[in-house]
Amino acid sequence: MIQTIAFYLFAVLTIASAAATILSRNPVHSVLFLILAFFNAAGLMVLTGAEFIAMLLVIVYVGAVAVLFLFVVMMLDIDFAELRAGFVKNFPLGMLVAVVLLAEMVLGIGAYKAGALDLGTPDGTAATPAGASNVEAIGGLMYSRYLFLFEAAGLILLVAMVGAIVLTHRQRSGTRGQKISKQNARRPDEATVNVKPEVGKGVSL
Amino acid sequence: MIGVEHYVVVSSILFVLGVLGIFLNRKNVIVLLMAIELILLAVNINLVAFSAFLHDLTGQIFAMFVLTVAAGEAAVGLAILVIYFRRRGSIAVDDVNRMKG
Repeated sequence: MIQTIAFYLFAVLTIASAAATILSRNPVHSVLFLILAFFNAAGLMVLTGAEFIAMLLVIVYVGAVAVLFLFVVMMLDIDFAELRAGFVKNFPLGMLVAVVLLAEMVLGIGAYKAGALDLGTPDGTAATPAGASNVEAIGGLMYSRYLFLFEAAGLILLVAMVGAIVLTHRQRSGTRGQKISKQNARRPDEATVNVKPEVGKGVSL
Repeated sequence: MIGVEHYVVVSSILFVLGVLGIFLNRKNVIVLLMAIELILLAVNINLVAFSAFLHDLTGQIFAMFVLTVAAGEAAVGLAILVIYFRRRGSIAVDDVNRMKG
């Protein structure tokens, strides 16, 4: 019973905040609704017993991606009213595509419920071992059978990081940057010396 | 009792909302990127639901890879957005084709 209530709560909140994300006038509100949608989706995933993905969703999306979005939205000084100019013009076409898409999906789900489709059965090699928690089972699978895919995912993140830095980094003129080669070529005898001159005597440089 | 169909319905609605968001906010790249994130979230809910109901963890591992790609895509997309804004002073996507080399 409580499971059903929780499912409907999370599902309704997810869909409502997703709708608010694409419809709200202010992009800052959009980002905040996106965060709410991700939180509720994480709740849905906890209900199915996938705690690891749920926590990953909260950490990655709420902790990183949403903050990135907020940062960009607030950093760029944009006239958002102008950007909404095509909203009404695009509405009928968008609704048409959305309704067609939804009808097709409902048709597919209806066909599945009518028993026309067979989901197939897993071979059991990736099932959760008895007594293991979700995180343990995923870790065991990820570091054995999917190890190379896992490393490829790390590589994707590295490429994305390098790409983002290369794209946004710029050399400003007029600033005094660090010169590593000059620092490394420095010798002790050309460094600053700490001298304590006696009173009345000068210092020779 | 909640079955896999319930999750599939939720994720299809989420997917359709994401597609609708792409159509409605054609000019605002930031909301466009958020709509793409919504689509990927719908995919993730689908993967996780089927993985849980079929007792096969492969779906959850694949959901993690989808998450990785989504994070990378958001980072690179926003970086492109920032340099585009720096150069042109607006983020209207209509004249993005001026970026052609």
